[in-house]
Amino acid sequence: MFGWEFPPHILGGLGTASYGLTRGMAMQPDMDITFCIPKPWGDEDQSFLKIIGVNHVPVVWKDVQWEHVKERLAKVNLDPQDYFDFRDHIYADFGYRYVNDLGCFEFSGRYPDNLLEEINNYSIVAGVIARSQSFDVIHAHDWLTYPAGIHTKNVTGKPLVIHVHATDYDRSRGNVNPDVYGIEKNGMDNADHIITVSNLTRQTVIDKYHQDPAKVTTVHNAVEPMSPEILAIQDKKGVKDKVITFLGRITMQKGPEYFVEAAAKVLAKAPHARFVMAGSGDMMDKMIRLVAKRNIADRFHFTGFMKGKQVYEILKASDVYVMPSVSEPFGISPLEAMQCGVPSIISKQSGCAEILDYAVKVDYWDIEAMADAMYSIITYPAMHEFLKVEGKKEVDNIKWEYAGQKVRRIYDQVIYK
Amino acid sequence: MKTICFYFQIHQPFRLKRYRFFDIGNDHYYYDDFQNEEIIHRIAERCYLPANKAVLEMIKSSGGKFKVSYSISGTALEQMEIYAPEVIDSFKELAATGNVEFLTETYAHSLSSLGDPEEFKAQVKQHSDKIYSMFGQKPKVFRNTELIYSDDIADQVYQLGFKGMLTEGAKHILGWKSPNYVYASCIEPQLKLLLKNDRFSEDLSNRFNDFTWNEYPLTADKYMSWIAETPESEQIINLFMNYEVLGSLHPAESGIFDFFKALPRFAAEKGISFSTPSEVFNLLKPVDCLGVPYPMSWADEEKDAGSWLGNILQKEAFRKINEIGERVRLGEDRRIRQDWYYLQSSDHFYYMNTRHPEGGFSPYDNPYDAFNNYMNVLSDFITRVNAQFPETIENEELNALLTTIKNQGIEIEGLQKEVDKLKKKLTKTKEVASKA
Repeated sequence: MFGWEFPPHILGGLGTASYGLTRGMAMQPDMDITFCIPKPWGDEDQSFLKIIGVNHVPVVWKDVQWEHVKERLAKVNLDPQDYFDFRDHIYADFGYRYVNDLGCFEFSGRYPDNLLEEINNYSIVAGVIARSQSFDVIHAHDWLTYPAGIHTKNVTGKPLVIHVHATDYDRSRGNVNPDVYGIEKNGMDNADHIITVSNLTRQTVIDKYHQDPAKVTTVHNAVEPMSPEILAIQDKKGVKDKVITFLGRITMQKGPEYFVEAAAKVLAKAPHARFVMAGSGDMMDKMIRLVAKRNIADRFHFTGFMKGKQVYEILKASDVYVMPSVSEPFGISPLEAMQCGVPSIISKQSGCAEILDYAVKVDYWDIEAMADAMYSIITYPAMHEFLKVEGKKEVDNIKWEYAGQKVRRIYDQVIYK
Repeated sequence: MKTICFYFQIHQPFRLKRYRFFDIGNDHYYYDDFQNEEIIHRIAERCYLPANKAVLEMIKSSGGKFKVSYSISGTALEQMEIYAPEVIDSFKELAATGNVEFLTETYAHSLSSLGDPEEFKAQVKQHSDKIYSMFGQKPKVFRNTELIYSDDIADQVYQLGFKGMLTEGAKHILGWKSPNYVYASCIEPQLKLLLKNDRFSEDLSNRFNDFTWNEYPLTADKYMSWIAETPESEQIINLFMNYEVLGSLHPAESGIFDFFKALPRFAAEKGISFSTPSEVFNLLKPVDCLGVPYPMSWADEEKDAGSWLGNILQKEAFRKINEIGERVRLGEDRRIRQDWYYLQSSDHFYYMNTRHPEGGFSPYDNPYDAFNNYMNVLSDFITRVNAQFPETIENEELNALLTTIKNQGIEIEGLQKEVDKLKKKLTKTKEVASKA
């Protein structure tokens, strides 16, 4: 498998989904997973799969000592033997590229400005990995790793499954970046099968990327059960007011401005509500200005970027969770909110709406309806209680294990084709 | 004969600590004590103490000819009391020479003059009392936060009984007129104005240490000769600046202290004297009146209030504090009153300005950050204020109720006294009766 993120160091939903899916698949006894990520930190959970750090795979032959390699790789608990195995499979001379003392590319593991270069480097390294590892199926997560998947397929002839967590149509509200579209289209054209995270995304893949519907299957995401540690987090909220939360990147895709507008409407009727916008993003400053303009800044709070436990602290303190995404391929966070017993309002344009019955669904642009839903949940205790109890029951039955079985059936299909 | 009027602004705000959403309702202490203490210590050591020493020396060596005026904000005074009481002592020493005039301003160095006349009045009184209690002077001259001035403010200041005020000599107000005269307000002709001489003030505050300036290095000799060269009829040169010019904005190594110490000697040579604002107002008559419909200040090139109330964030925050003001004044909780002053300091608004992309003097990464933090604090503060009285009662009604309660209290006290008196009388008569 090729991925870009893996917990605990994640930047978005991709990492969470990669983890959940591989965990669910590892429950099948005859499944061995090798997962490649650009830059492991060494604290990843490797109990059910093997992680290869692409930044530790050499592409240029360097005469290095065993001891030196051992020392360098000790931080990420990597076996030096692997390094030398990889080194034996260098397939071309990349001496003209910038590499470090071990002959490896450096990766940021994030989404830097030179992302296209990192993607290309990733694909070069994939060639080395393909030659040294043995496997039956190639599974590439999101467009960043499609070139690596195609490269591997060309080298080994094994079937390629690509997993579409998002398309550029979601990220850009229609103004696609041609470079990204090109990579995505190329990946889909070369794939033996395409997995999408929702029917919404499946439709995009069929309509906008012109794929054969027979080749595209939806496997909805799921959620990991909450650890007791997280469930034990106390509500640290210091105010008695009801709290309505937006949590996620503050970008165009997530529709933050609809949340602000709806908040202004709710506050006109229920002056004691409080709103929290947790996260950061390129539209944050604009949203702060909008809040100031709507004259609700004393009841609308920005927390900045949240990570790890902080996310759950915010959820625990919330009375309503809102995800007004303009286009959301799936959206795991409402499921997490519901696990915490927080009623959710989600946009009809998000993939998770396809599998959730006990969440309020509104059109992202319909701020009246959104405000209406927020108001009723914070005003009528019966409504809150109903969504809380039924919602929790519902998400507790959405398991990665089942998603993993679906993926397995697709693997079987492509292998014996 | 020409005279120079020196005025120094001294202000430190209570800077806020990082205050998160989860602190709202849980934590009611808003200030970054470490930072505040560190800054006041640093500035006291580099500027206030050596500058006060230099000024005292100048007054003594000039035989009492050198005179200055200060305006020290209430929040700065409080921080000095807490962290650097030796600064207060040295100001007291200066006050004792009789050559130093203390001006009054809003207690918190606030923007209340632009939004809340009631609050403005209260803060000016509070500050005036504080100055009197510390230095034994009743301030007669007013100067507003950052020299902010408009016709509207002139009116308020005059109503408070001040005869003079200091402000900026902004080009867009003066036009061809010279700042080197006494002016009066158009709205209140009895209110006299002293205008900052921008060129001479900024020669010291901005350019003194700038070696790309073609007049660098500036000597006391040269500077005094420039002042002496101004037209004969222009009698008053107003040099208004931040006190931090001495030692903090320009470090001691730049020679700023020696420059100042040399000023009285060269001034005497050129026949130039020094005066305090009160003396100038007594001595000179206004030559003309000025109309200032929109607020001006001494900040930036625009010389307006845009650095504090320019963008939508600042306006929102300011609107919110003005909305709650009346409620705060109705209550008597001392901690709320104190926080109320501290939160009004203009600096909190300055940190939110988007005019200076590099941020200017700001403890925050960017204006949005400053806004978020301030609004979180303000949210908590508003909750506390509203918790004092039921929110459903209108301010006016509440005020009436509070007055009734207060009056009843007074009445009960009076009646109680009467009862005591009658009781005493009764026992007396009883005693008399029993004796008889």
